[in-house]
Amino acid sequence: MGPLIPNDIISFEWSSIIAIIIGIFFGFILEASGFSSSRKLAGVFYGYDFAVLKVFFTAAIVSLIGLLYMDYLGYVDMSRLYVHPTYLWGAIIGGAIMGIGFVAGGFCPGTSLSAVAIGKIDAMVNVVGIMVGVFIFSELYPLFEPIYNGYFQGNITLVDSLGVNPFWFVFLLTIVAIIMFFATDLIRKRVKKVFY
Amino acid sequence: MKTKKQNKHIYWNPYFGGFLLGILIIFTFFITGRGLGASGAMKSSVVTIVDAAAPKHAEKNSYYSKFVEDGESPMNNWLVFETLGVLIGAFISGSLSGRIGWRVQHSPKITRRRRLIFAFSGGILFGIGAQIARGCTSGAALSGMAVLSTGGFITMLSIFGTAYLFAYFFRKNWI
Repeated sequence: MGPLIPNDIISFEWSSIIAIIIGIFFGFILEASGFSSSRKLAGVFYGYDFAVLKVFFTAAIVSLIGLLYMDYLGYVDMSRLYVHPTYLWGAIIGGAIMGIGFVAGGFCPGTSLSAVAIGKIDAMVNVVGIMVGVFIFSELYPLFEPIYNGYFQGNITLVDSLGVNPFWFVFLLTIVAIIMFFATDLIRKRVKKVFY
Repeated sequence: MKTKKQNKHIYWNPYFGGFLLGILIIFTFFITGRGLGASGAMKSSVVTIVDAAAPKHAEKNSYYSKFVEDGESPMNNWLVFETLGVLIGAFISGSLSGRIGWRVQHSPKITRRRRLIFAFSGGILFGIGAQIARGCTSGAALSGMAVLSTGGFITMLSIFGTAYLFAYFFRKNWI
């Protein structure tokens, strides 16, 4: 049955309207979870607020379990879903640069947008910075091209690259996440409170 | 009388927010076959600006030219519409909780100017990194993880791992 648009159950013309509606929910959830505050986001790196980690991993696990169930029950064909491609060194180096950008700027693009919407000037500056970053990358594209296009392994999943059973993997990931949630609560009790 | 100090803003319980975000990701994949994204719209904006300011240059550059098609605006893109929605949704949430207002949020230990400089340079790094990894925390890490993408997991580990490694150097900005 699903995905509905690629399978022509919903016609392609609807996709822009659906995009706006999905975006509204996305923005609402980000803002209501406190992701429009850079000081709350940065808390995850200093141990005074672990909201980022809790929201992020809860979302990842809920979506993984949900999609696996829907695939199992035949509501969605997982092999028809878009799998983010794996360019090994692009993912590592790009991720590392984003990590430094995250702890320096206190935002990532989605959270930054949700903060722009409520008038945070630091977030607007951050968005301009991201656009300048995209511009720099594009202008120096020949320089970045080897890692951008190299080490391509296809649109692979962990099932292909580690040979794991997806159901067991998600089960173990869930247990790891629950342990992490308890551990972060213990850490937070020991760290000096920060008020923002 | 001593009052208990607490944060001014009350946000959702993180597990509740995460649960709803997970449901939204399932719904997005179910309808569109793809996940969420955020940095894509900023890329489209840059491509549009460069294409309008210097069309010859955009055509010659092998990165911009991937996203410029004849008679088709790069802004007519799923992620751009989704991003408009993000702005609307966050504005609604902020209005309901009285969080709307022009301000620069920073630690009392640093100046407003320092906060803005770091917000800007952090943004530049994020912009470059998100192009190299073909997606940001939403598009690569979160949406990738939802379908068990190897690249998504690697990007997620790399973002958080590096941020923890470098957190020490930026501690003055936050704590």
